[in-house]
Amino acid sequence: MTAAAGTAAPSALRRGATRTGVVVLVDVAFAGLLFVGTIVAVIALATLIWTILDAGWARLVSDPAAFLANYVSRIPANAGIKAGLVGSAYLMVLTALLCFPVGVGAAVYLEEFAPRNRLTNFVESNISNLAGVPSVVYGLLGLGIFARFLRMGPSLLAGALTLAVMSLPVIIVAGREAIRAVPEEIRLGAYALGATKWQAVRSQVLPAALPGTLTGTILALSRAIGETAPLLVIGLPIVIFTLPNDLRDPVSALPLLIFNWTSRPQPAFAEAAAAASIVLLALLLAMNAVAIFIRNRYTIRW
Amino acid sequence: MTEERTKVSQDEGRPETRIADVVRARGDADQGAPPTEVVFRLDDVHVYYGSFLALRGVNLDIHQNEITAFIGPSGCGKSTLIRCLNRMNDLIPGARVEGKIEYHDQDLYGDGVDPVEVRRRIGMVFQKPNPFPKSIYENIAYGPRVIGMKPGSMDELVEQSLRRAALWEEVKDKLKQNALALSGGQQQRLCIARAIAVSPDVILMDEPASALDPVSTGRIEDLMEQLKRDYTIVIVTHNMQQAARISDRTAFFNAEPAEGTGDRTGLLVEFDSTDTLFTHPTDRRTEDYITGRFG
Amino acid sequence: MATKPQALSITRRKARTGERVIINALFVCTVLSIAVTVGIVAVLLFDAVEFFQEVDLFGFLTGTVWAPGAGAGEGGQYGVLPLLNGTAMIAIGSLVVGLPLGVSTAIYLSEYASDRVRGYLKPTLEVLAGIPTVVVGYFALQFITPDLLRPIFGRDNVFIFNAAAGSIAVGLMIVPIIASISEDAMRAVPSSLREAAYGLGSTKRQVSLRVVVPAALSGITASVILGVSRAVGETMAVTIAAGNTPKITWNFFESIQTLTASIAQTVQGEAATGTVRYNALFALGMTLFLITLVMNIISGRIVRRYRQVYE
Repeated sequence: MTAAAGTAAPSALRRGATRTGVVVLVDVAFAGLLFVGTIVAVIALATLIWTILDAGWARLVSDPAAFLANYVSRIPANAGIKAGLVGSAYLMVLTALLCFPVGVGAAVYLEEFAPRNRLTNFVESNISNLAGVPSVVYGLLGLGIFARFLRMGPSLLAGALTLAVMSLPVIIVAGREAIRAVPEEIRLGAYALGATKWQAVRSQVLPAALPGTLTGTILALSRAIGETAPLLVIGLPIVIFTLPNDLRDPVSALPLLIFNWTSRPQPAFAEAAAAASIVLLALLLAMNAVAIFIRNRYTIRW
Repeated sequence: MTEERTKVSQDEGRPETRIADVVRARGDADQGAPPTEVVFRLDDVHVYYGSFLALRGVNLDIHQNEITAFIGPSGCGKSTLIRCLNRMNDLIPGARVEGKIEYHDQDLYGDGVDPVEVRRRIGMVFQKPNPFPKSIYENIAYGPRVIGMKPGSMDELVEQSLRRAALWEEVKDKLKQNALALSGGQQQRLCIARAIAVSPDVILMDEPASALDPVSTGRIEDLMEQLKRDYTIVIVTHNMQQAARISDRTAFFNAEPAEGTGDRTGLLVEFDSTDTLFTHPTDRRTEDYITGRFG
Repeated sequence: MATKPQALSITRRKARTGERVIINALFVCTVLSIAVTVGIVAVLLFDAVEFFQEVDLFGFLTGTVWAPGAGAGEGGQYGVLPLLNGTAMIAIGSLVVGLPLGVSTAIYLSEYASDRVRGYLKPTLEVLAGIPTVVVGYFALQFITPDLLRPIFGRDNVFIFNAAAGSIAVGLMIVPIIASISEDAMRAVPSSLREAAYGLGSTKRQVSLRVVVPAALSGITASVILGVSRAVGETMAVTIAAGNTPKITWNFFESIQTLTASIAQTVQGEAATGTVRYNALFALGMTLFLITLVMNIISGRIVRRYRQVYE
């Protein structure tokens, strides 16, 4: 039954022809409900960002140099994030140095060299379970073993080890996925030339898997930098007026400052917390942007 | 040479006449050539994947500086067999070879034999071109580097390999360009150049042109004719006419149900010089296949 | 001119010891990841056992008062029920917030949204997932309680620190988890199922609710369990917003204390190694670890099962 162009559809095919008005309304209402449900999360995010900016922007721009260069203080107007910002930076670098090689090494071994047996399966499920352990439990690990048993105390080394251990499963998973994405033909091509397994992995598979692995690592590190609980539990200081010179020196962190200031009753400290949050969010944004840039620019499209 | 190649099409008369024409058209250049050295000797070779017998009772010889073709319907074990010749089959878990494969009188699967060394002598080109995601130069230079060759000049080696693969003129100005940017036919010739760069003794080709267009296929076939002067070539192909055009000897494989299980096991039906196999096949099954009655 | 290589020998020419060393090093890296698990279990077990030498297990599990003693902690009451109550409230509350939002987002993304909208929505969800928990806690304390809960429910009814604010905060945090895993599960439902339903004249609503959601149910369930596991393990947002008063209650507008918040509170004081107060940390940690481990394993099993169905 073809209708000539421009004529209206016959009434039998119009919406609502067989479905009653109520049912059509329900469909529309349902779609609307779904949309609302989706939008609420977006609105909540927007509100959160707005709240932070509203509370902290003025504090941040009134004297940014002082805010970045000062240590903490009992007087909110004088409080600055220097110890926390520098501490977080040191922690991030040291954590990366600790967990990236180990994580990539484990990923390479599991994907390329490990025999397919029950032990390997056990290791793999072990690692995915580790990824779901709460960060505060990693903090307890850091406290019990690194800070107390190994007597590192609440130091830069203990903090970085704790964060590294926490990030390790995520990096292993990211590395494995990147390695798995390299097509088998590439490995076969290398073997057919007379390359050993390690030669094929080192010079063909790993370089191809590097962008994906780096992206995953940077994302994992950006999560680690925003974490407060593990550092709180191992006892990293909030009130500190020096920067670390040595791995065994105590170090503070930006999220710890935010936590402390948020917990204070004075409204001026709430502003300071918001301002520090802006700095933290900006830092995370930068790291995520780098990760996404690497992924988009360097990932090989097979 | 190319003009003498008859375009074989299925809708003009009977196929076996066409192939016979093709074979005759290749000329008598190969007649009366002195018998060449045997590179591979296969003696009652069986290949298993776990408990599944994929290929049984293969006896054949591959001769030096010849093109030997494996033809047959899908699932008859030709790819399995060619992968055994450079021990790439080792990479498949559960793969097992019984019987003897001798390479220049050495047991290919003997104790002390290193599959890595095997693959340095016996190269392979795959069905789907698989260049590394690197520059054209790096693709060629990779093989020599990993096997520890120290050529006087890597640049010369790269150029020589590309010339031999008939690719030099097309890429000489863009050696640093990523290999993935080349066309399919160029990529495959790059893979051939890559295989040549390590100075192999044998080049195995598993359906090298089946993923390519007819023009590229023709160029690869021309290339193989030149390559056989310097290398021994074994090629798996599902294209009979291709085998008839370029190979010196042909092995026809088929798959038949095994007793009891009903699983199809591959076996070598007939192995002879290409002329003979295509014009006067001994086995009924060979004739059926060549005339298109099955497969 | 035939090129004959110098030697056609195919036996191993040189031992590749360097490679063996490297592969062993890679193996060590893998072993280290197990060492982590061993470390966690060891440290929790060791100190928790010490704790239970001072405080009996039954009293711990059934006691209704959590009031650590002063100083080293002796003489205090160590009943974990108030903390479990607090954690349960947050888990349930965050589910009330996160489940509807997460699932509707998932259905919307999977069945209704155009590619363009998906291109904006999915990154937005990832941004939400990436907000540090301490910042979300700030938001809960500075906005959710004063500007949302108190105006709606009355200033006198809502404490400054309350479980509802914590629930909303954590609920928002788990929306991305529930949404993305549920969406994956829904997209994995073969289009042939949908087409069959559409072919019979079903509307999008009917297809979504009667075909897609039931087919993806195990994936959705797995995502919910994972979300709850995350909620249970959440520390900073609840510490900041929900308070530090361990009690047994079901009034969401009161302040409470969760397992995690109790750990956070204890470590901010002086906790010398070996004291009851110190060891209590690990008893709580062990409880937390077991709860989240069980949930993660169950969730993983469900995910593996539903992946097999469609492969």
